[in-house]
Order: sequence, then structure tokens, then C-alpha cells
Amino acid sequence: MKMLEVKQLKKYFATQKAVDDISFSLERGSIFGLLGPNGAGKTTLIRMITGIFYPDEGEILFDGKRFDPQSDVVNIGYMPEERGLYKKMKIGEQAVYLAQLKGLSKHEAVEKVKKWFVKFEMQSWWNKKIEDLSKGMGQKLQFVITVLHQPKLIILDEPFSGLDPVNSNLIKNEIFELAKNGSTVIFSTHRMEQVEEICDHIILVNLGKKILDGSVTQIKKDFKENKFSIQLSAMPGQLSGPSFDLIEHNDNKLVVHIRDGHTGNDVLQYFLQQQIGIEAFNEILPSLNEIFIKEVEGTKATTRAFQAIT
Amino acid sequence: MNKIGLIIRREYLSRVKNRTFLLTTFLMPLLIVLFIAGAIFISIKGREELKIAVVDNNHFFQNNLKGSGDIKFSFPTDVDTSNYLQKGYSAIMIIPKFEGFQHTEYIIRSKKSIGLGSEEVIENRINAAIEDNLLQQSGISRNQLDSIHLKSQFAKLKSYQEHGNRTEESNQTLAYGIGYSCGILIYIIMLIYGMMVLRGVMEEKTSRIAEVMVSSVKPFELMMGKIVGIGAVGLTQFLLWVVLIIVLTSSVQAFIPHETLLQIQELQKHNGNLSGGGMMQTSESAQQIYNIKHVLGTANWPLIISCFGFYFLGGYLFYAALFAAVGSVVEDIQSSQTLTLPVTMPIIFSFLIMSIVVYSPDTPLAVWASMIPFSSPIVMLTRVAYGVPGTVPYWQLILSMLLLIAGFLFTTWMAGKIYRTGILLYGKKISWREMWKWAFRQS
Repeated sequence: MKMLEVKQLKKYFATQKAVDDISFSLERGSIFGLLGPNGAGKTTLIRMITGIFYPDEGEILFDGKRFDPQSDVVNIGYMPEERGLYKKMKIGEQAVYLAQLKGLSKHEAVEKVKKWFVKFEMQSWWNKKIEDLSKGMGQKLQFVITVLHQPKLIILDEPFSGLDPVNSNLIKNEIFELAKNGSTVIFSTHRMEQVEEICDHIILVNLGKKILDGSVTQIKKDFKENKFSIQLSAMPGQLSGPSFDLIEHNDNKLVVHIRDGHTGNDVLQYFLQQQIGIEAFNEILPSLNEIFIKEVEGTKATTRAFQAIT
Repeated sequence: MNKIGLIIRREYLSRVKNRTFLLTTFLMPLLIVLFIAGAIFISIKGREELKIAVVDNNHFFQNNLKGSGDIKFSFPTDVDTSNYLQKGYSAIMIIPKFEGFQHTEYIIRSKKSIGLGSEEVIENRINAAIEDNLLQQSGISRNQLDSIHLKSQFAKLKSYQEHGNRTEESNQTLAYGIGYSCGILIYIIMLIYGMMVLRGVMEEKTSRIAEVMVSSVKPFELMMGKIVGIGAVGLTQFLLWVVLIIVLTSSVQAFIPHETLLQIQELQKHNGNLSGGGMMQTSESAQQIYNIKHVLGTANWPLIISCFGFYFLGGYLFYAALFAAVGSVVEDIQSSQTLTLPVTMPIIFSFLIMSIVVYSPDTPLAVWASMIPFSSPIVMLTRVAYGVPGTVPYWQLILSMLLLIAGFLFTTWMAGKIYRTGILLYGKKISWREMWKWAFRQS
């Protein structure tokens, strides 16, 4: 059964159509990337999934049933982009308070907080105040608070911002762990290289509409440009043939575009005929970064204008 | 534990455990006492001191014109309009020679303007002197005059009010005192706690935890949790003050000598009048303490205290909702000031109305002001001190209470809608007009 199903969701504000008919679904245990330029409608979409906003149209199915914010919020963990904690409150106390608001009993909450603090080496922080923490420490704490109550659905909006490589790695491994243990993760970020590393499945949203939906490998294949890189043992005499266009070359390393109607074998044949050894030959799939830019550039998304609602 | 309960608990404990809580609880009464003492001190010092040189061409005011307070009359012989200032007098009054005592004009000259109050006093003193003189002329001696004056100061009005089929002793001065103090108290409490609610609601915005909170609880629950939690802090402080007062008054009682206590009990048994030599034996302090206790006893304390409790809660809930609405749309204290103005203005205005109503609690102004939820917490309580159902008929009291309840239900509902939208909004400068739209537009 799917963890989350979103059907034809719409949310219009007085000044714009923030979410304009979006549908998608998530499998349990998958790590799902929600991508899009600024102003695309990601935050509004997330707020509807977490029950903060109510959709104007469409429906949300949570774990097979109609989404009910009252009872389902205890199964959701949300780390918003605009995040913070009560400055003057003690850390341990605050983590327990927030866990209780998610439905844990005081006893359970204290136990779980202690467990996670040990895991992340935060035991000494218990009685410190939030304002004493550095930014990175605060992010770590916020992550712990988000996943503390073992939610079925975890939504992370830019979880790595402000983290150094060590802590980023820590969080990344945690995300994998959580997914392996059955939690479903929605991950929203602008850092495409992380998306490639972590996500199974992505959707790209722009101007309130969904423009891409598929697994990472599938999408990259869909956008492939037939670019290949070849490493040769020696400089070839001839560098142009009927089967390919030369895009760039760096001594023995070439990047070529294979023309329609030809295959990789044709290209290999071309060089083999010149008695040149082939050291390496592989397809260059476009990065998600490149795909993102290609799809979004020029659509006036970055400086989104206010539209009149008809 | 349900969510609002958790939030209330957190808001309450985080404020009560704070060191500043105990500090302000014990300092505030001190400050209020200092404030009142300072006000009294200033009103005394603020009285004009006038040394008036009187030139009396009739030659009789000298023995009859008595000064009052800071106004002193002197009758020097060498002073006229050109040198009175150098001689150290603030004013010179010239009484022309006249026949008979009809409407006569007395001239007073001074460098600084003489206040209205002082003019009245001077006129009164002159009239008193004339009266004395006339009485003396008709045959009453000075001594007789003096003893008559003394004896005529004995009238003390004891008023009784009809309460259905029984009459109860009422005391207007006490009512005034209680009414005024209750009014001031509620006024100060609403301003202070209103501001606390404002800052409390802003806390989620400034620490940017609003979205995290709202993903676990409904915005309305968060708002109510804060309002009730902060209200509970206020209630606790109030109860601590009551305890403090009780402790102080009982410890003062411990200092009263046993003798005096017995005398007070005697007086109480005989309702203030002991026959024969009994009154002579009781000490003055016993009589004074008895009087204080007796006068305080005439007030309907259960009614006053329960009304105080009701209007304190009702007024707090009414205004706290409005402060919460403002707090949800601002991110720093400075920008909150323009928005808070329409909320604090009615409170201050109600206080001004109260200071008039406390003199005449049964005028149309008083009745209206004690009904409208904006001013009723402060004004109605002042009127109640004068007696229910005497000054305040039962129907007025009940109507006022119902209106206040309806009032705070409305402001809470309105604030809930504003809060829900405002709490997640950053960066825009919001006006009351926009807030109004959020509350009443069909979303």
C-alpha cells in the first residue's frame, strides 16, 4: 500500500495559484525528492501534507485512509526550512515537550530523547539552553526532534543547510537507516548532488504544476543526450567520423555525441580501426542539476509574478 | 495529556520558575504603594503657597480673617501695591472702605497667577470672617462663637440603603475607596498582562518555532494555551499578593496589646456604643481600630470579591485575545506599537471614565460604560462597590456579565482567525485592515 497519495491538489491564494493540480504517490520506505525553484509551491504542498493548510480542492490519502490532521500528525515528522526552537528553554526539556505534543507519554519521550542524544553524542547538552548552541548543533538537535517519535512519514526541508561535512554525513546515514526501517522520507532541497545520492524517486515542481515524476535513474535516462566519454590509449589520427560529433577532447580523453541512427559500437569500431586501444568508455548521463536548469530556466519561475485568480 | 493542557503547563512553568517572577511579585505591591505615596506627596507639595498682605480699610478683618493651609494672611502697615513683592509677599489684597455688607469687590494683585483652587479658598475665608463679624455684632461673644464652631463639627452622616425588606448600613467613602482601588487594580493588571500575552505570542515568531509547533497542534490550541497559561501566571501572582496581605495584617494584629484587643471586642459586642463610662475607658486606638473594622465590615465583601474575580478573568480574556492577534503579525516590539494602540486606548479611556464614575456611579455614562465589554471590567466593578442592588440593579449586573462573556468569545474567535494566518507570515507589514479581512473574509 502506498504511504501517501496526493490527488489533484489545488491551493490558491489571493495573489497566486500556489499549487495548481498536483498528483503523486509515495511507496513505503522510499526516499522521495521534492524539487523545484523558489516560489514553485513546494512549501505550500508540504504544508498541506502536514495538515497546516487545508487544500482548496483535491484529496490526500495517508496510509490508505483519508488524511485526518487531528490523528495523523502524530505519524508525521516535519522539519521546515524556516526553523527554530524556544531560545530560553533547556534542550532536553524542549525535546521532551515537542515529543509529548506528538503524542508520546512523558516517560516514553524522555527515554527516546536520551537514546537519540547518545546516538548523536549530545548527552552533555541536556541542560543547556538553545541560545547556547551553534547553528550546526541546532540543526542536529532539530533533526533529532523531527524523528524522535518514529513517524511513518518524515518531511525534511533543506536539512543539510548549515551542517559541516561530518554532520551532513551523519544525517545522511540516518536518513538511509530510517528508510530501511520502514519510514518514508520526503526530502526537499536545492542541492541536486545530494538528491542524486540519496533519493530513489523525485518530482520536479514549477509554477504550481508538476513537470517531472519518476525514479532518479529513469529521469536521467529520459533526458540522456547520447553523450559518451572515451579514454584512448593514444591520440587518434582522425577525430571525426560519421557516427559521432566531437564535443570536447582533452588529449586522450574525448567527449562525443553519438548521432541518431548510430550506436556506441560504431564509435568504438571507428577508433579500433585506427589501431587505437580503448581504455574506458561510458555514457554520461545528465546531472539532475542540468536537468533542473533545462526544465526551469526561462519559465520566469525565479521572479514569480502575481497572477489574478479567474 | 491533551495538547492545550501541555501548552498551558509549559507556558505557566517557564514563567513561574523564572527568578524574575518572584522578584516582580514581591516588588510590585511595593511599587504600587510607592506610586500612591508619591502621588499624595506631590499633591501636597503641589499646593500653592501664598503669603497675602491685606490692606484693610475697614480695620476688622485682622482679627477675623484666618488663613487656610498654605494660604496665609498678614496685616502689615507699611505695604502698598508698589513694594509688596520686595517685602516678600506673593500678593496684596485691598479691601475698600464700604458701608454695609452687600456684594463688594475685593481686589487682589499678584505677579504670578493665583490658581482657581486658591481663589476659592480666599473667598471662603473672607466670607467666614464676615459671618463671624456679623454674628459678633448681633451680640454673640467671641468665646460663644468659638464653642459653637467646635460643637457644630460633630455631625457624621450614617447612610442606610434599602435592600428589599431590610436596610443595611452603607458607607460612601468606603465605596469610593474600594471602587477606585479595584478600578486601578484591574487597569494595571490588564495592561501588564496584555503586554505579557503580546510578547508571549511573539515568542513563536521570533524564535521561528511557529511552523514546527503548528505541525503538531492546531494554531487555535497554541493561541489558547498561551493565553490561559499567562493568565494562570497572573492569577498566581494575585493569590500570592492576597497571601502577603493576610500575613501582613495578621502580623500587625500580633503587635496590638492584649488590652486593646479586649476593648475592641467589647465595642463590637455593643455595636460601637458603650454605656456610661465605658466609652471613656476604651483607648483611642481601640476606638480607631474598631471604627476601621466596622466600616470595612459594611461592604458586601463576598459580592465584591466574586465580581472582582469575574471581571478580572473576563477583562483579561477579552483583551488578551486582541493582544494575541497583534502579536501574531509582528516580529519585533517596535512594529507592534502602531498596532497595539487601538487596543490600549480603550483600556486607558475606561480608566478615565472610571475616575468620573466613581464620584457619581448612577449616571447614564456610568450605566453605559459598565455594559460595553471594552470598559465594563473597570467601570462596573467601581459601581458594584456602591452596592448591589442599590446603585446597580441585578439586571444591569447580569446583562453586563453576559455582554462581557459574549465579548470575549467574539474577540477570541476573531483572534483565532487572525492568529492562524499571521503566525506563519514573515516580512510583510500588516495593518488592522488586513487583519480584519482575515477574520471576516470567507476563506
